Amino acid sequence: MEFIGGLILFLVGFATLASIASISTLGLNICWGVTGLFNIGIAGFYAVGAYTSAILTAEPSVPSNPHLGGFELPIPIGWAGAMLASAAIAWVVGKICLRLRADYLAIATIGIAEIIRITFRNWGGLAGGSYGIHRIPRPFEEWGQPWAEIFFLLLVVAVVVVIYLVIERGINSPWGRMMRAIRENELAAAAAGKDVERMRLQAFVYGSALMGLAGALSAHYLKQFLPEDTEPLTATFLIWVMLIAGGSGNNKGAILGAFVVWGLWTMSEFLTDLLSAEWATRAAYIRVFLIGFLLQVVLQFFARGIIPEKPPVIRREEKAEAAKPG
Amino acid sequence: MAARAALASPMIEFFNDYIMSALVLGSIYALGAIGISMIYAILRFAHFAHGDVLTLGAYLALPLVAIGVHPVLTIPIAMAVSAVVAIGIDKAFYRPFRKSQPIIMVIASFGVALMLRSAFQLFWGIDDKYYWAIQPPLESLEPFSIGAKHLYIGGAVVILIGATHYLLAYTRTGKAMRAMSDDPDLARVTGIPTEKIVIWTWIVGASLAAAAGVLLGMDTRIKFDMGWNLLLPMFAAAILGGLGRPYGAIAGGMVIGGLEELSTLIIPGDYKSAVAFGVMVLVLIFRPQGIFKGRVL
Amino acid sequence: MTLLSAQGMTGGYGGMDILKGVQLAVDAGEIVVIVGPNGAGKSTAMKAIFGLVHLREGSVVFDGDTITNAQPERLVRVGLGYVPQERNIFPNLSVHENLEMGAYIRRDNITASLERVYELFPPLVDKRKQAAGELSGGQRQMVAFGRALMTDPRILMLDEPTAGLSPLFMDEIFDRIIAVNQTGVGILMVEQNARQALEIADRGYVLATGENRYIDTGPNLLADREVVESFLGGGGGNVDNKNGGEGGAGKPDD
Repeated sequence: MEFIGGLILFLVGFATLASIASISTLGLNICWGVTGLFNIGIAGFYAVGAYTSAILTAEPSVPSNPHLGGFELPIPIGWAGAMLASAAIAWVVGKICLRLRADYLAIATIGIAEIIRITFRNWGGLAGGSYGIHRIPRPFEEWGQPWAEIFFLLLVVAVVVVIYLVIERGINSPWGRMMRAIRENELAAAAAGKDVERMRLQAFVYGSALMGLAGALSAHYLKQFLPEDTEPLTATFLIWVMLIAGGSGNNKGAILGAFVVWGLWTMSEFLTDLLSAEWATRAAYIRVFLIGFLLQVVLQFFARGIIPEKPPVIRREEKAEAAKPG
Repeated sequence: MAARAALASPMIEFFNDYIMSALVLGSIYALGAIGISMIYAILRFAHFAHGDVLTLGAYLALPLVAIGVHPVLTIPIAMAVSAVVAIGIDKAFYRPFRKSQPIIMVIASFGVALMLRSAFQLFWGIDDKYYWAIQPPLESLEPFSIGAKHLYIGGAVVILIGATHYLLAYTRTGKAMRAMSDDPDLARVTGIPTEKIVIWTWIVGASLAAAAGVLLGMDTRIKFDMGWNLLLPMFAAAILGGLGRPYGAIAGGMVIGGLEELSTLIIPGDYKSAVAFGVMVLVLIFRPQGIFKGRVL
Repeated sequence: MTLLSAQGMTGGYGGMDILKGVQLAVDAGEIVVIVGPNGAGKSTAMKAIFGLVHLREGSVVFDGDTITNAQPERLVRVGLGYVPQERNIFPNLSVHENLEMGAYIRRDNITASLERVYELFPPLVDKRKQAAGELSGGQRQMVAFGRALMTDPRILMLDEPTAGLSPLFMDEIFDRIIAVNQTGVGILMVEQNARQALEIADRGYVLATGENRYIDTGPNLLADREVVESFLGGGGGNVDNKNGGEGGAGKPDD
């Protein structure tokens, strides 16, 4: 019985983290899959969302762990605040950076994410520095194990479902069609009079808000949040692998990819835990190596069909030729 | 040390505290940025694993130093092996995507960076390593605190940049690299064998990065993430100098190195890395072609 | 004798056919000009010969070698040179280095070829060490030309060589084209300034909407009023005219 209990708890925990990750992948999909914006700043928005919710909802700070707030506000306010904060930062970043080409945008978002992370890590008065924020409330925690865990999982799953439905509606709406038109052929869309810049900014902000929400949920789940929790490996890279493995541009794929890759990640941790102490640390590095390798395999064998070929550079005359009927 | 500083004039103090480190850091950035710049211009993607090529060079020197070779003399071997490794990585992980959108190669290089870093941790562990059990003495040109190691580093940098200049300005291959850097399509149309030049690009880029790694190891220490931590400043340097402009990359490296070191006069040292990011974002927004007017892809 | 022969060229960008069965031929030492309205596929046809646009049907033969969809490297070796319309020089290389790059595939001594280029384009001599991107439009065109000549091509393909040049330079460029031709190099050129180009053409092809419409000597085409009015407009390129197709000039072979 205990074994079954332990197994259930394990699966619940696994599903919770995978679901939270899928919120990030869904957010990334809005940026990348639908609109073609290469956002490597996931860790930054994740951190902003997590810390914001923590500051708003945690118990007041104590001298041994000073940070802003600990305002003990209700949890939903924390989550709303998290999304708003991430959206606000994304809006500023997007206003400045979105006109850059894809490669440049990637470098810029990584740079900004790093600045955000460095700030959180070093500005002790803001978010507890390297000590982080603790005593963050978790919904349902009064109900004790295992019900607290199970209900939290159900809550997260409900959130995922709601987000999924909202996005699917959005994609099939005129807004979504315009987004895809912009992704396919930006020049044509602009010529047709669509406000390309505004729409890309919208996509960027929505996507980043979701990443912030994922951060907030993580913070509440873990009941604490430290700078290590925003390590780019798990907070950014893994999300990208999940989306690419699941099929970018595809919401179901985003969720599926989150579960599959998180499953592989957890399994590899399982396997390495079985090894002796001396091998255990090395095994951790083998895991990371395999994830990097997995990405290459996915890119070369599974994602290539989805990734379109580089469009050729076409001059005006030839564009005119190609646009002619018949 | 305190007594000496009290005797020295403020200018010399300034030199010792800031200029020397700025020069060393700037040179290392410069060597790494050349590769990033050329790879971007010729292969058209941002090579996120370049910092780890730097680390690779540093680690490759370790076994040689262990058997008694002076670190500076290990540089040619570190360069050669890193070049071969880079060519292999290109063939396995980047070449399949030559015709795809460049962003895919960026993603692939991110994964390669991860693989390299975890390989370093696997083979060499996570402890700091050093070439010298005891760092060689520092005060050899009183009152400037320049040590023997600084002379070695400076000499190596001069030779490397000189050799690169010779290659680019006077050899057929170097000119073809500059031509491809200007316009890869025209280079193809001219009949230049583009895949061969791509291999040369990796040779030059990777070997300079590897050399930078050994030099950095000589200056400080060898650690699995030493190159990764420099990746963004090196990108900033390449962008500042103008992508595809190797001499611009050198200038950009020195500027970023200088700015980073001098920034500690105004802002806390923890935020040093933010300086490079800040410069880079500013350049990307206001003058994406950089100082020397490079590619704006 | 026919040096370059393209038959039934069909293809275009990304699945869309811009060319529909185009044929072109250049005999050794000829000047051949391709004219037609905007969007006719003139540049595309030349790019297709040089392997830059994929032909899904058709063939291109150069001196007996089939070179359909071949790589530019091979074409340059075989004796075909190409000067694109835009971005046809390496701006950060010096004039001299541009020429050197033109001769990259050659292993022999290129001094003679260099001298020939400087003889043909004297203004470049003083500028040889200057970055090519700093030159004026006309001088840049000369560099582009010179670069392509460095492989001693037997046929030189030029895509709108006078585009964006002042009338004075236009004449100069045409003179140089003739001078180059007189050294035995065949010329295949797309030109928007149809009148002037056809005046010097041994043969002219009129293309419209990706198909051959007329083939004849340059002067004959100019003399044919139908051709001039329907396809050559008032001295420059114009919108495609749906009329035309009848007329006195020769029809393409089938």
